[in-house]
Amino acid sequence: MLLIYCPNCLEYREEEEFSYGGEAHIARPLNPETLSDAQWADYLFFRTNPRGIHHEMWYHATGCRRYFNATRNTVTYEILETYQVGTQPQITGTEA
Amino acid sequence: MKRYSGFSLLKNALSYHENWQKVWRNPTPKKDYDVIIVGGGGHGLATAYYLAKIHGITNVAVVEKGYLGGGNTARNTTIIRSNYLWDEAAQLYELSLKLWEGLSQELNYNVMFSQRGVLNLGHNLQDMRDIERRVNANRLNGIDGEVVTPQRIKEIAPLINISPDSRYPILGASWQPRGGTARHDAVAWGYARGADALGVDMIQQTEVTGIRRKDGAVVGVETSNGFIGARKVACVTAGNSGVVAAMAGLRLPVESRPLQALVSEPIKPCLDTVVMSNAVHGYISQSDKGDLVIGAGVDSYNGYGQRGSFHVVEHTVQAICELFPAFSRVSMNRQWGGIVDTCPDACPIISKTSVDGLYFNCGWGTGGFKATPGSGYVFADTVANDRPHPLAEAFNLDRFNTGALIDEHGAAGVAH
Amino acid sequence: MRQLNRLLAAGRTDQNKVLNFTFNGKDYQGVAGDTLASALLANGIDVVGRSFKYARPRGIFGHGPEEPNAIMQIGSGASTIPNLKATQVELYEGLEAASVNGWPSVNFDIMGLIGAFGRLMPPGFYYKTFMYPKKLWMTYEHFIRKAAGLGSSPVESDPDSYEKLNQHCDVLVVGAGPAGLVAAREAARTGARVIIADEQSEFGGSLLASTQLIDGLSATQWVADITKELGAFSNVQRLPRSTVFGYYDHNFLAILERRTDHLGISAPSGPRQCMHRVRAAQVVLATGAFERPLVFAHNDIPGVMLASSVSTYVNRYGVAPGNRLVLAVTNDNAYQTAIDWYHTGRTVVAVVDSRTAPNGVLVEQVRALGIQILEGHGLIEAVGSKRVRKALVAPINEAGSEVTGSVQSLVCDLIASSGGWSAAIHLSSHTGAKPVWDASVVSFRPGESKQQERSAGACKGTFGVLDGLIEGANAGAEAAKLAGFGEGQVQFPTPLIDQIIEQPQQALFLVPHSKTTSRAPSQFVDFQLDVSAAGIELAVLEGFESVEHVKRYTALGFGTDQGKLGNINGMAILAKALGQGIAETGTTIFRPSYTPTTFGAIAGRDINHLFDPERYTAMHRWHVDSGAEFENVGQWKRPWYFPQVNETMQQAVDREGLAVRNSVGILDATTLGKIDIQGPDAAEFITRMYTNSYLKLAPGKCRYGVMLKEDGMIFDDGVCACLSENHYLMFTTTGGAAGVLSWLELWQQTEWPELQVYFTSVTDHWATATVTGPNARKVIAKVCQDIDLASESFGFMDWREGTVSGVAARVFRISFTGELSYEVNVPAHYGRYIWEQLIEAGAEFNITPYGTETMHVLRAEKGFIIVGQDTDGSMTPADMNMDWVVGKNKAFSFIGKRSLERSDSVRENRKQLVGLKTLDPSAVLPEGAQVVNDPNQPIPMSMQGHVTSSYYSASLGHSIALAVIKGGLSRMGDTIHCPAADGSSIAAEIVSSVFYDPTGARQND
Repeated sequence: MLLIYCPNCLEYREEEEFSYGGEAHIARPLNPETLSDAQWADYLFFRTNPRGIHHEMWYHATGCRRYFNATRNTVTYEILETYQVGTQPQITGTEA
Repeated sequence: MKRYSGFSLLKNALSYHENWQKVWRNPTPKKDYDVIIVGGGGHGLATAYYLAKIHGITNVAVVEKGYLGGGNTARNTTIIRSNYLWDEAAQLYELSLKLWEGLSQELNYNVMFSQRGVLNLGHNLQDMRDIERRVNANRLNGIDGEVVTPQRIKEIAPLINISPDSRYPILGASWQPRGGTARHDAVAWGYARGADALGVDMIQQTEVTGIRRKDGAVVGVETSNGFIGARKVACVTAGNSGVVAAMAGLRLPVESRPLQALVSEPIKPCLDTVVMSNAVHGYISQSDKGDLVIGAGVDSYNGYGQRGSFHVVEHTVQAICELFPAFSRVSMNRQWGGIVDTCPDACPIISKTSVDGLYFNCGWGTGGFKATPGSGYVFADTVANDRPHPLAEAFNLDRFNTGALIDEHGAAGVAH
Repeated sequence: MRQLNRLLAAGRTDQNKVLNFTFNGKDYQGVAGDTLASALLANGIDVVGRSFKYARPRGIFGHGPEEPNAIMQIGSGASTIPNLKATQVELYEGLEAASVNGWPSVNFDIMGLIGAFGRLMPPGFYYKTFMYPKKLWMTYEHFIRKAAGLGSSPVESDPDSYEKLNQHCDVLVVGAGPAGLVAAREAARTGARVIIADEQSEFGGSLLASTQLIDGLSATQWVADITKELGAFSNVQRLPRSTVFGYYDHNFLAILERRTDHLGISAPSGPRQCMHRVRAAQVVLATGAFERPLVFAHNDIPGVMLASSVSTYVNRYGVAPGNRLVLAVTNDNAYQTAIDWYHTGRTVVAVVDSRTAPNGVLVEQVRALGIQILEGHGLIEAVGSKRVRKALVAPINEAGSEVTGSVQSLVCDLIASSGGWSAAIHLSSHTGAKPVWDASVVSFRPGESKQQERSAGACKGTFGVLDGLIEGANAGAEAAKLAGFGEGQVQFPTPLIDQIIEQPQQALFLVPHSKTTSRAPSQFVDFQLDVSAAGIELAVLEGFESVEHVKRYTALGFGTDQGKLGNINGMAILAKALGQGIAETGTTIFRPSYTPTTFGAIAGRDINHLFDPERYTAMHRWHVDSGAEFENVGQWKRPWYFPQVNETMQQAVDREGLAVRNSVGILDATTLGKIDIQGPDAAEFITRMYTNSYLKLAPGKCRYGVMLKEDGMIFDDGVCACLSENHYLMFTTTGGAAGVLSWLELWQQTEWPELQVYFTSVTDHWATATVTGPNARKVIAKVCQDIDLASESFGFMDWREGTVSGVAARVFRISFTGELSYEVNVPAHYGRYIWEQLIEAGAEFNITPYGTETMHVLRAEKGFIIVGQDTDGSMTPADMNMDWVVGKNKAFSFIGKRSLERSDSVRENRKQLVGLKTLDPSAVLPEGAQVVNDPNQPIPMSMQGHVTSSYYSASLGHSIALAVIKGGLSRMGDTIHCPAADGSSIAAEIVSSVFYDPTGARQND
């Protein structure tokens, strides 16, 4: 069970307080109507799903009710950082 | 291949079991093959078997990074049923169920397919509407099933709690008598033995690290033990599909998540069917050894760790104690996780790709084990003929572009 | 009955406190401090169980969680517990124990005859047979299942409760043996919060059976002192009878504390067991080690035990489980058992040592006692049926691979063996650390730490007590430091204890037999599942080379002892068969649970009515008092219908519906989700979320909207009202409320943070009573004077603020029935009051409370959809014939819009919502019925869609149904068929989905 640092509450809290929000940094296309079906599908359904470093959204559902981002290793489950929506991760790459 | 039978058992017993044949060879890889199957799980082995058996393509290697059947084949809760809602899924799973029904004899390997029936419980009025809808659809598709009352459920599973005072009382269920369970390891071993006998090479402890292409077509795979050439490469690597796809520069609409399961200590037989519940979220059967085999829900986050979070297990056990209050004093012996590749519509991808000679079979989510024979059958046909098998057509990759999804979420009950 | 094996030296038991118990229905006596196992041994009980496959008689083999044979059913009735190990059951007055296998009795088991055919049942035999004829498999399986299982599940509900405790600590010490105790003490003195947990009834671990002196005290006195010392720290929590059974991510560990199991009928009321869910900053694993038995022929006969178990029964429990001991060893350590046995006054027949010329300290002590030592010998076979009678020993070669001389027979009734010790690396392995084989200690050691943990003492492969004490103290100090306490320096002096210098042990696992393994009598590796050395070799012969394959093929390690006794022996035998070392062969990954964990404790309190919270409206009690039947909708309990005396559901629904259509009805609509939305960009935001526009919605006005997911499929619907400028109230479906709020927050926070808009769930703040029907206005007029109810000033889809029966209220003129409707919203705590006021005001119009079923009928008559019933996640607004709700010209591409243009979304022949009118007006189509064009088409039939909603409409006098049908909107007037399970079929005509008042005159009134 994960222990997650909420960057808004500034506390470590139990995973049960959070819900997972999927891959982070996927911007909604500004002009969806100009996209082909394939481009739109890419936005809708296709995710990087890496084995290793993953930037993902979490939602502090029973806490501050804020979404934030986390950099987590999908193999070890280690959370390397959490950071605010709209900011960039410090840790990037694919391998832990 | 020396056939197995009661007689062969007796004969070998007299010679102290010193003369049994190997179940499969342990060959050195050839320089190249007609088809390389990446992934030696149940689906990959079934694909290899049907390629050889039905399509006569025997110059085939199954390349497995660990040991045969060591991934999700070894980690699932062995439930088999075909009562899916949508025509496309139902027909595929029903093909699979029909193959299960003759599989032990086909393979001369007892996969212990036990048709003890599957109950999918309904706990509220909408559950019951969905169950009616699904059972009606199944029936008109030629798939057995009926809607049963709580009293009938109690006859089938006497320890179940049908009290109307439960938090989510059982209002009814769908009942598929032909559903059941099978011995998971035996399926992998049976297919491997059968494929080996037809000339397929099992290359274990060899990890595929790259997919070599030339002029937009596949030419072979890089492995931890060197390059192996192939005219066609068929990837069946549940739990790792995205990683393998990336080797060919492809992306897949799959996310890999932990799916947990657990077993109790062996107890005397007291549950002679499979019980699944979507609303309270748990499913349970009892193995021939006596273990209660229990499945949990998929963890919410992506993970390749073959383990999930404890609260998911807690919730599952709560659900089981709701359904079977008597099991509260039984103990959990072991818990574990698998990695499931989930698609947005909870249906698989069985598809050609934009790379010539490269095929993918993935995204089975929690429904993979039951599909093993059918999946291998249609995938072998797809690979052999370089066009989708009619039952695989709907499961193409293009459906995510067009929007023609086959949404089995919710409507099919627990999608396991 | 006399306890013939009870010694005068009582060990840790109190022989003055006699406890009565029964085993397999017979009365016995034990003493306080006994386990069930020690009591059975004291009474000379040999056979306690039967093996799983061959039904061979089995006796007590170990003294802890490694016990494979003594599996018991404890107690009876609803509180019976299956599968407890007798070695872990503390004896209490009145305990009832029974063997889990053996019929008619464990001493004479008819199934034992099958054991005679054991050769016909090698590993995997069932894969090779029972296949023909095909149809007989279920019959074969029926008989196979008869032999399944150990104990029995209760059949009644569990009378006990279970508790959970969420805890944080700085240092969690697992195991209170020598290393754990000193680790805890070092951590405690730094001020760190320490939890120390141990599975046994008292702290001390191996020291409880030790004869060594520590600091000049007996080991047990030293344990008592340090345990007391730990108790004096206010920052230390001591948890005996507490098993750390799982080590999960981010240093989360789960502990099962057994509170009352050892008290029997004297147990106080209260939780039986408590699950501690611990988040530890640092962990010290001090879980000890398991002794490995030697594998030899017929090593499963009762009277064969682990050497350390014999010592434990003698020293800790004052029980000598036999008279004439033969001890088979590969190491110095186990010689202690010969010494212990010698001091009971019973006979040590011989020590059989596989090594040539052993001369360690303990060896010499044994020699000095005049005990015969057979050097370079192996104990190759035990002889006996229900108790050992003889041990066959023979010289073996130095490699331990073959018998080199003649066999001699030693008369004995007890064989103890030791093949060395295996570190208990289970918890470290749970974290994903890969164990490392260390040939120097003939054991795996824990792999590189994956979490904030370290191992100390025997579980790290450090088997000497002194070394374990040093390692434990260091580990405790280090853990505390890393948790932020102390400097990492050990403070307490190292306890004084004689270090016994041991000569090297021999890595011997399978003792050779005169015959080859395949022909020798069974040499058991995993007792519970009858896995033998020959079985492992056979698996290799058949080509199973991976350790996982062999485990799965033979079932090695799959018993309830989880391979604690046999796994390493099995792997060593496998490695040898493969001609490679143990390190290359690898190990299997241990998974939780360390020992079996009660489901009830895992579930805790969250069962029965706490399984999921029940939500009630403020009017709930009134509904209950009025005899309502309830429906679960999400977590809510909603009145389903209000039957009057002797009324069927259909009669009640007919009556309720007619009341609404002809006079007035009242519905508790409190459960609809309500989200208060404010901010200068609220209208823009809402417009992006719904398919239609809210930019021009004026204060006082309401609008119905549909929300899509980004894939274009309907996800929720409801009315949104403009309360004032920049202030809106959004209604959601009852079940969708939480999901919609998260959805709004997702988009605002992650995609459009520049939009100033704020959301608050106010579902629980308001109670809502819907007054609906042609007399609704008259009812409201009686209780509300400050709102002009005239249609021209308070029209359909308007809302007004006012006072209802003296309570400030929001009144919405929105309608889900198609009738003139007022939804009266008041602060929740006035809910019941307003409800009763409205009932009273409506009395003269026979105002009729109605439930969700009538609500469904009334809305279906109007063709209003219910999201989740008429839609299923694959329906667009166009599919629902609701193109009118899609603002195609909105400036912003609202959520889901682009997906509505995908090729599949605009394809012909999509399923579309239509009405169905059965040709027989009284026939009600089943909801979920599939629709076909030709009822006589052979199976598989071409299904055109299905019935989503279906009712008998009392006000229309015929049945009505909604269905989604391929191309349905262009098939008006067609006849379709719904085949039923019994072969019959109901024919119906495709009609408009609006059955009642198509112009909307009544709701607009």
